Amino acid sequence: MSNVNGLTNILVVGIGGQGVMTASEVLSMAAIKLGMDVKKTEVAGMAQRGGVVTSHVRFGPKVLSPAIPKGEADLIVGFEPAEAMRWCDHLKDGGIAMVNRFRIKPPVVNVGLFDYPEDPIQSIRDQGVEVYDFDAGALAQEFGEMRLVNTIMMGAISDHLPFEAEVLKDIIVERFRQKKPELADLNDRAFEAGRMAAAQSAKKAAE
Amino acid sequence: MNAIVKAHAQSKHLLSGNEALARGVWEAGVNVATAYPGTPSTEILENLALYPDIHAQWSVNEKVSLEVAIGACVVGSRAFCAMKHVGVNVASDALMSQTLAGVNGGLVLAVADDVGLSSSQNEQDSRFWGRFGHLPILEPCDSQEAYEMAIRAFDLSEQFGCPVIIRLTTRVCHVKSIVEVGERKAYAHKGFLNDPSKWVMVPSNAKNLLATQGKRDDLLKAYVNECDLNFAEEGKDKRVGFVTSGPAYLHVKEAFPDAPVFKMGFSCPLPIAKIKNFAKDVDKLIVVEETEPLVETELRAAGLDLYGKDILPKTGELSPLVIKGPVLKLLGEVVEDQVDTSLDVFPRPPTMCVACPHLSPYYCLSKIHNKVRIAGDIGCYTLGAGHPWKALDTTTCMGASISMALGMTLGASEDDKDKPVIAVIGDSTFLHMGLQPLLDVIYNQGNVTVMLLDNRATGMTGGQEHAGTGFDINGKEAPRANFEKIVEAIGINPDRIRRVNPYEMPTMFKIIKEEIKQNEPSVIITNQPCVLTDRFHKHEPLKVVDGCTGCGNCLSTGCPAIIVTHRETEVRKSGKEIEKAYVEIESAACTGCNLCVSTCGPDVIKPVNFTKEAAQ
Ligand SMILES: Cc1ncc(C[n+]2csc(CCOP(=O)(O)OP(=O)(O)O)c2C)c(N)n1
Ligand code: SF4
Ligand code: SF4
Ligand code: SF4
Repeated sequence: MSNVNGLTNILVVGIGGQGVMTASEVLSMAAIKLGMDVKKTEVAGMAQRGGVVTSHVRFGPKVLSPAIPKGEADLIVGFEPAEAMRWCDHLKDGGIAMVNRFRIKPPVVNVGLFDYPEDPIQSIRDQGVEVYDFDAGALAQEFGEMRLVNTIMMGAISDHLPFEAEVLKDIIVERFRQKKPELADLNDRAFEAGRMAAAQSAKKAAE
Repeated sequence: MNAIVKAHAQSKHLLSGNEALARGVWEAGVNVATAYPGTPSTEILENLALYPDIHAQWSVNEKVSLEVAIGACVVGSRAFCAMKHVGVNVASDALMSQTLAGVNGGLVLAVADDVGLSSSQNEQDSRFWGRFGHLPILEPCDSQEAYEMAIRAFDLSEQFGCPVIIRLTTRVCHVKSIVEVGERKAYAHKGFLNDPSKWVMVPSNAKNLLATQGKRDDLLKAYVNECDLNFAEEGKDKRVGFVTSGPAYLHVKEAFPDAPVFKMGFSCPLPIAKIKNFAKDVDKLIVVEETEPLVETELRAAGLDLYGKDILPKTGELSPLVIKGPVLKLLGEVVEDQVDTSLDVFPRPPTMCVACPHLSPYYCLSKIHNKVRIAGDIGCYTLGAGHPWKALDTTTCMGASISMALGMTLGASEDDKDKPVIAVIGDSTFLHMGLQPLLDVIYNQGNVTVMLLDNRATGMTGGQEHAGTGFDINGKEAPRANFEKIVEAIGINPDRIRRVNPYEMPTMFKIIKEEIKQNEPSVIITNQPCVLTDRFHKHEPLKVVDGCTGCGNCLSTGCPAIIVTHRETEVRKSGKEIEKAYVEIESAACTGCNLCVSTCGPDVIKPVNFTKEAAQ
C-alpha cells in the first residue's frame, strides 16, 4: 500500500475525546517495532472536547514532513462518519476508508444551524473510495465500554496494513497489560471483534 | 512515571518535540524550570516536572516565570523557561532588560508559536524577539533537534553570555518522532556572581552594557557563519535553492528532494555570508519561512535577489503541497490547479464539555445580553461567544476583561452609559493578570460586575494546577489563594462578594441580576470544578420522560448531552409559526449535574431510574 517514497500514510479522524491520538500512537509503535522511521502529528482544535481531531501517521524508510499531503493517504480511519466524509479528499486514488457508522452530532447541528449529511458513507463511496463500514459504537456498547471504539477500529484496519495484524494487536494488548492489566483480555476481544466486523463489511460489499 | 524519565543513554523513543526538549533541558543539568501553561508549549514543563533533581514550577504568569528563571541564573544555576508566543508579550519587560545584563548560569527561553492559530488569539512570529532583543535564536525542525538544541542552547548561552531563545512551532511541539537520548550531566554550579554593575539596571550601568551587547552582536554574527547548525545540502537540480528553517525545512525536502537547501538551525542573527555563498550556485533563491517575511527582508537588505512571500502564503502553516505549486510555476512548469474535491460537511467547532460549570453562567448571560455589555477573557469560557450563548462582546488578551470593562463604562455614549458592564474571567486568568485590573477598577471608583469563574483548574490548556487550586505542578499540596479574601483585601465591599454554585442556576441568575444593579463593583465567584479534572464527581444521569413540549429551552444551556430527536414547525391560531425541537438526553454522557432541570417548564427531565409509578 505504500507510495513512491516508500511511505505508508494513515489518517485517523474523529472528535476530541474519542481516542484518535491513542490510535495513532499504537500505529506508530507498531511501525517502530518493525524498524521503520515514523512521524505522527495532530491537528486538534482548542483543548476542549467535541472539536475535530485529526492525527496523521506516516511511516517508512525516512519520513520528512509530518502531515500527510492531500491526496496521499493510503487509509482513513474514521471514528465518526461525517468526519470520514470531511477528510476523504485526503485519500489517494485507490485509498481505503474504514468508518465507524456511529454518528455524533455537534451542538451546531442540534440547534438546527446545520444539517447532518443524509448518508455520509454513501457520499464517500460516491467519490470512488473503497469503504468498509460498521457500527463500532454499538459493538463497544455490547462490550459495555464506549472507550473500546478505539481498539475495535484498530482491529478493523489490522488486515489492511503493510504488516501482520498480530503486530498491532500485541502492542495494544501489551500496553494494557502494563497499565491496566484487567482490561487486556477485553481489548484483545474487542480487537478481534473489529477485525471480524471489517471482514463482514467487505463480504457485504462483495455481494 | 513516564518511561522516558528512566530512559538510558543511546536508547530511542517516540517523543513529541515538547517531550524531547524537556529531556534535553534535564540532561543539560538545569536546576530550575518555570512556565505558565499555553498551547502548544504546555507539555514541556509537564514533562520536566517528572524528572528528579530539577525544580519545576507553574508560575502565575509568563513575566513572573521568566523572572524566576533569571534569578536562578544570576545565582549560578542553569535555568529554563517555556511559554507560548503571546506569553513573550507579557514577559518582554524582563526579557528586554535581561538581554543587556546577560547571564551567569545558562538561561534558555523556549517559545512556541501557534502557526495556523489552532488555539490562540493571534499568529505572531517570535523570531522578531531575536532582532528586538539582540538574542540568538535556535530553530529545531523535529524532536531529535529539539532535544539536541536544548542542550546546545545552554552551552551557547554561557559562551555568549546572554539568554538564548529556542523557537518552536506547533509542528515541532506536537509532532512525535524517534529520538535518541543521552544522560543527565552534572552541572558545575557557578555560584552567585557578585557584580552590581552587571545586575543593577540603572542607566549608567545599562549604558555601559550597551557596548557589551554590541560586541556580542559582532561575535554572534561571526559565529553563525561558522556554526555547524547552519549548513548547505547539495542537490543536483540547481534551478532553485532554498533557504529555510524549522519544520519548513522538512516540507521543502519533501517537495523538492533534488534541490540544494540551506538549513538554518541557528537563525538569528542570520548567517548572511554563508547564505550568499550558497546563493552563488543556484539559479533562483527562495526563502521558505513561517510566518512573516523576515529572513527574506533581511537578505534583500543584504543585497540578495530572491523570492519569498511574493509567491508563498503570508500566513498559516506551510506544507509540501503549499510550497510545490508556486515554486513550479516560478520555474515555468505547467502546474495543474488544485481542484477542491472536499465534500461539504457542517463545521464542528469546539464546545464546552457536558456539564461544564461555565454553562450556567452563560445561560444566564445569554438571557440578559440585550441589557448589558459583556467583556470576555481567555479560557474555555471564551467559547461563550459562540452558539448557543453568543454572550461575549469582546476578548483581547489575558486579564483584559476587567480593565476593558472599566474602559467601557467610562467611554460609553450618552444612551449607553447606564448599561451595566460585566467582565467574565477564569480563575487561572484572574491570577495571571486579572488582579491588577480589578485594583484599577477599585482605585478609580469604577463600577464593573466581575464574574470570576473558578473551576479550580487551567481548563483550556488541559487542567493544570495554579496558585488557586491548592496543588503544585507535581500534584503536591500547596497554599491555595483565597479569592474572597484577595478581592476583599484590595477593596471590594464584602457584601458585594458572592460565592455561588453554578449548578443552582436560579440562584446564579438572581445574584447576577442583583449585582448588576449595584453602584459599586461586585465579584461573583463560582465554585464548581472543571469536569475533566478528578475533582469533579458524577451523579446519577438524567433522561427526558414523556411530555417534552419541544420548547427547546434546555438546549440554550449548551450542554452537548442534550440532543434533538426531531423538529416541527407549529402554526399557532394567530398564524405565527413556532419552531419546535424535541430532545433526549444522552444518558451515557450526562453527569447528572441537574443544570438543565431548572430550564424545563413541563418538568420532564428526570433521573434515569425515574418511573411514573414510583413518583405517584
Ligand atoms: C499570555 C497568555 N498565556 C497563556 C495563554 C494560554 N491560555 C489561554 S486561556 C488560559 C487559561 C485558562 O484558564 P482559566 O482562566 O482558569 O479558564 P478555564 O479555561 O479553566 O475556563 C491559558 C493558559 C494565553 N492565551 N495567553
Ligand atoms: S475543560 Fe473544563 S472548563 Fe473547559 S469546557 Fe471542559 S469542563 Fe469546562
Ligand atoms: S443534567 Fe442536563 S446539563 Fe447536566 S450533564 Fe446532564 S444533560 Fe447536561
Ligand atoms: S426544556 Fe423540557 S420541554 Fe423543553 S425541549 Fe427541553 S426537555 Fe423538552
